[in-house]
Amino acid sequence: MSSAPLADPIPDIIQVRGLRKVYHTGDVDVEALRGVDLNVKRGEFVAVVGPSGSGKSTLFHILGGLAAPTSGEIFIDGIDLRKMSESERTQMRQRKVGFVFQKYNLLPTLTARDNIGLAQSIAGITTQPIGFDNVLKMLGITARLDHKPRALSGGEQQRVAIARALVNQPAILLADEPTGNLDTANSNAVLDLLRDLNKRLGQTILMITHNPEAAAFADRIVYMRDGKILEKGES
Amino acid sequence: MINKLVLENLKYRWVRTLGSAMIVGILVASLITLIGLSRGMLEESASRARGIGADIVLRRDTGATNGLQTGQINEKFLKLVRAQPHVAQAVGVLGQTVEIITVLNGVNIPEFEKFTGGFHYVEGGPLSGPDDILVDEPYARQKNLHIGDTINLVNHNWRLAGVIEPGMLARFVVRLDTLQGLTENTNRLNQIYVKLDDPKLTDTMVNQFNKTFTGDLKAMSLPDFLAMFSINSIGPLKIFIKVITVMWVAVGFLVVFLSMYTAVVERTREIGILKALGAKPMTIVDLLMREAILLSLVGWIIGIGLALVAKQMIVAIAPASLNVINVPDFWPWAALIALTGAVFGAIYPGVKAARHDAIEALSYE
Repeated sequence: MSSAPLADPIPDIIQVRGLRKVYHTGDVDVEALRGVDLNVKRGEFVAVVGPSGSGKSTLFHILGGLAAPTSGEIFIDGIDLRKMSESERTQMRQRKVGFVFQKYNLLPTLTARDNIGLAQSIAGITTQPIGFDNVLKMLGITARLDHKPRALSGGEQQRVAIARALVNQPAILLADEPTGNLDTANSNAVLDLLRDLNKRLGQTILMITHNPEAAAFADRIVYMRDGKILEKGES
Repeated sequence: MINKLVLENLKYRWVRTLGSAMIVGILVASLITLIGLSRGMLEESASRARGIGADIVLRRDTGATNGLQTGQINEKFLKLVRAQPHVAQAVGVLGQTVEIITVLNGVNIPEFEKFTGGFHYVEGGPLSGPDDILVDEPYARQKNLHIGDTINLVNHNWRLAGVIEPGMLARFVVRLDTLQGLTENTNRLNQIYVKLDDPKLTDTMVNQFNKTFTGDLKAMSLPDFLAMFSINSIGPLKIFIKVITVMWVAVGFLVVFLSMYTAVVERTREIGILKALGAKPMTIVDLLMREAILLSLVGWIIGIGLALVAKQMIVAIAPASLNVINVPDFWPWAALIALTGAVFGAIYPGVKAARHDAIEALSYE
């Protein structure tokens, strides 16, 4: 695993250059990413906005180590993803990135507390990080930790999922349509929480969304279409 | 935490868990009952042989282990054995298998009663006519038999003359000459029981008999003879039990395989979540393996319970025909058999789960 970042005076936590991803389906090659360049600074809250098929989910999966890139350069917190084996990407998912999904993706058999604990267990961490109780308070789920997902509302489940994503203190929080299954009130609550986590804890967040209103909560919006970044602008 | 996840997964799908564990339990119970029945029947036979009170047993020198074959020894050997030094008494027995390993034995009653001290009669008395029969008390109770009743064995109608206490020679006792005639074994015996004037000479006399009657008779001390009443000494039974065990391991494997395979398909999304959280492929395999092992252990416990219930039912329904004993020393083996099936059954589903693509798994509905 290399730790040599690209030459850049500012220490970006995510650095992507010329990222391509080609899926082979039968005899057909589908180019999902066609040379993506993206930099995200430590502590930044970035929204990636684009229609279906724009490649934003593919970018999410590659940044999260769930898929390997076809070509291009990617550094996450100084680590070169291109040179990572499957096993190394698995290790990266344990501590470097935290995922928040549209469908919450909590294990239905475990309580909220155990869902959070499982992420620690998989990463081989035995103690809760200092100050994590405050994160739980901030998320408003302290009193709901001993409930299973079926006893929680959608908003509560998503907040538990955020807690799970943060418990191993990841370098970046990747959120894929985190409000896609929530009503407006819960969506705004979750987005407020993400922004609070970013501002108060300095958590780097990269959020994928097709919803411009959700994207407006971010510091910066990146637009994608046809596997490319179209433009970058301050929100 | 992984153990908690295993437990919660099994609890969450409790119908399938219970169903799978019950099937494993029934397999375990069947195996334990089979072993208990085999050993019980053999031990009962050994107990009856022990009840005769002989020091030495002589049989045809054929290498046969269960001694149930008929017409193997010419009756003339009985006289020759009696003529040997230190032989206080000798009595010949002819056996005819009638139910599984239950034997109808023909003896010369006066000689046999002198040898053993006599039967203890619960009801009725000694054989008087050529077609009279003695049965032991459990059999009479099971069949609700009374003195004077007719019993058909080896295609012959016998009149019940006496009900005897169990534990000596056989469940059924008839006159030697009648049985020899019925089975076309005139002047033939299966076994000769010998009582010495000094039991301390048993080993010496066993050697002496084997020298004197080599090729015709095989002598052994009573403890050696009783030791043969074990599953390992009866080749066909041993093979049968091995075959049954292999088949039940295969069925246990299939049960766990189908249960785990269904679980993997049902829980594709959950496996995707675990992978997204950084679970290694071996962690996924380990998770499913632990579930399968726990499932088989629950099935094992259920199986022991079912086996104990089955034993009580068999004892209540057929106290004389089927003698089942508890075999706690076999329980660990039953656990090992159940675990073997479970571990093999979980390998493929575990590997399949571990190979799931995380992205595809997460999008599974």
